[in-house]
Amino acid sequence: MTLVQKHGEAAGHAATAIALLGIIPLALDAFWINLVGKYLAFAFVAIGIVLSWGYCGILSLGQGIFFGIGGYAMAMFLKLEASAPELPDFMVWSSVEQLPLWWEPFKSLGFTLFTILALPIAVAFPFSYAIFRKRVSGVYFAIVTISLALTVNVLLVGSQGETGGANGITDFRTLLGWDILGDGSKRTLYFVEALLLLAVMALAAALVHTRFGKLLIAVRDREDRVRFSGYDTAMIKAFVFSVAAVLSSIGGSLYTLQVGLITPGLIGAVASVEMVIFAAVGGRLSIVGAVLGALLIGFMKSYLSEQFPEFWLFFLGGLFIFVVVVMPNGLAGTLQRLVRFKA
Amino acid sequence: MNDIVLDAPSPLAVASDFARARESILTISHLTVSFDGFKAVDDLSMTIEENELRVVIGPNGAGKTTLLDMICGKTRPTAGSIRFRGEELTRLSEYHIVRRGVGRKFQNPSIYEDLTVSENLEISIPQARGVWGSVFFRKTKAIRERIERVAEEVMLADHLRMKSGKLSHGQKQWLEIGMLLMQDPQLLLLDEPVAGLSPREREQTAILLKKIAAGKSLVVIEHDMDFVRSIANKVTVLHQGRLLSEGTVDEVQADPRVVEVYLGH
Repeated sequence: MTLVQKHGEAAGHAATAIALLGIIPLALDAFWINLVGKYLAFAFVAIGIVLSWGYCGILSLGQGIFFGIGGYAMAMFLKLEASAPELPDFMVWSSVEQLPLWWEPFKSLGFTLFTILALPIAVAFPFSYAIFRKRVSGVYFAIVTISLALTVNVLLVGSQGETGGANGITDFRTLLGWDILGDGSKRTLYFVEALLLLAVMALAAALVHTRFGKLLIAVRDREDRVRFSGYDTAMIKAFVFSVAAVLSSIGGSLYTLQVGLITPGLIGAVASVEMVIFAAVGGRLSIVGAVLGALLIGFMKSYLSEQFPEFWLFFLGGLFIFVVVVMPNGLAGTLQRLVRFKA
Repeated sequence: MNDIVLDAPSPLAVASDFARARESILTISHLTVSFDGFKAVDDLSMTIEENELRVVIGPNGAGKTTLLDMICGKTRPTAGSIRFRGEELTRLSEYHIVRRGVGRKFQNPSIYEDLTVSENLEISIPQARGVWGSVFFRKTKAIRERIERVAEEVMLADHLRMKSGKLSHGQKQWLEIGMLLMQDPQLLLLDEPVAGLSPREREQTAILLKKIAAGKSLVVIEHDMDFVRSIANKVTVLHQGRLLSEGTVDEVQADPRVVEVYLGH
């Protein structure tokens, strides 16, 4: 890595920290801060996609599934707290008379947090290791994952009584008795999220710079060569895919806290593809770019879907094509090229 | 140029040297593979001795690359056995075969173009092949020195920090050989290591391979007979998946069956 790149990367992280902890909270009101918080939840997902897709070449179109694990786990805990000692309202409407057994442990915050971190690994690791051992990769892996995202979406919508169906889980406002919807607490939640994101960014950057990070690139470019250097490449890929899954899940849980609801729409195929677009637009080899992409697309989506509700998806598709054709390394890649050109 | 990179044999290896003194490093017997009924390799038996440099030649489609693919686990044989120091390889996965001490160089230089020469060599180090090991891997002085030694060996000492994609074709071939040396294999399988190289580079490669063979066994696939003559102790000629002839370069070239295959009818 050249000196310019190294400094550029450090500068990018520092600028993100200043923007997230200084400029945004000072310049924006509570409404906007909350909106930024919502989009930052997707930045976690995008960082995971940078690691697994950008560095290791694993294109997953099912990251929404893991986003959903975190989002639903958090929502279940909050919903149980909000409706205790009664059943959650949507269960009553579907004439479910007793709390389903698998809901019981979510009365505990400890268990909920454990689930947010552990369940994505328990799902992603064995599933992906089995697939990568079979040498399924590239577009086939993308197809498998997008099908799973569709399936999970359909399952959630279909089981109205246990998951809230198409409406998802909503209508909760306290976390251990603390009001999460007030302006002050939204600000606090925002800071918690921003700090967590900065920590994840630092960890991801550190990971990329280890020998493991170089292995990821090696597997992406010449998996056979890595295998014939004595590595179990399926293990390497399953590991990084699991990391991406956990980051997705963390993002999902924060989304629920920021927005106050989780719906199956955030788990499906379209949402999962959008998540990949965040990383592609920001720059699939840049951790800072992933955050930038998530924020940028998030705001564009809010604005455009209000102004042109019919055409928003065309804008998104057009942008994706534009980025892939003109800026293969996204905004961050283009920026790096400009800096190097001047230096 | 420095001496060839040779690590001192472990006490265990020395102790078992006696036991396998009469055993060949690689014993292939009745090896057959068929793809949809086409037998790419057909009932082939051969042995490679310790510290031998064997060249495999033969016309296109003779099964040379398929043979190497089967030794290193890339292709599974339909029948027959491949024993490496007494251990059956045909049931092991590729990375386990590598860990036993078999290194493979591919026909087209297969290197990580986005990484520097130094990083290419670093990844090939046989330690820390697990996920956690590679996350917490530290480049110690000994490892840095080893990388430099191998880089010098393969004539790339001045290019350690260069992105390997920017190397010339010949340098890429050497880098891949260097990556194999980092793994410290006992048996190296090289598929056309001088394809596309200049005459001068061929000479340098021949010297390099002969030095490597001082402490390891090599199986080299090659077409260029001048090059073969400059490196080989023993040549194996394959034709249509079968062993056609075996012996020194002169013996093989004098064999009427070989002449017929090469000159055609």
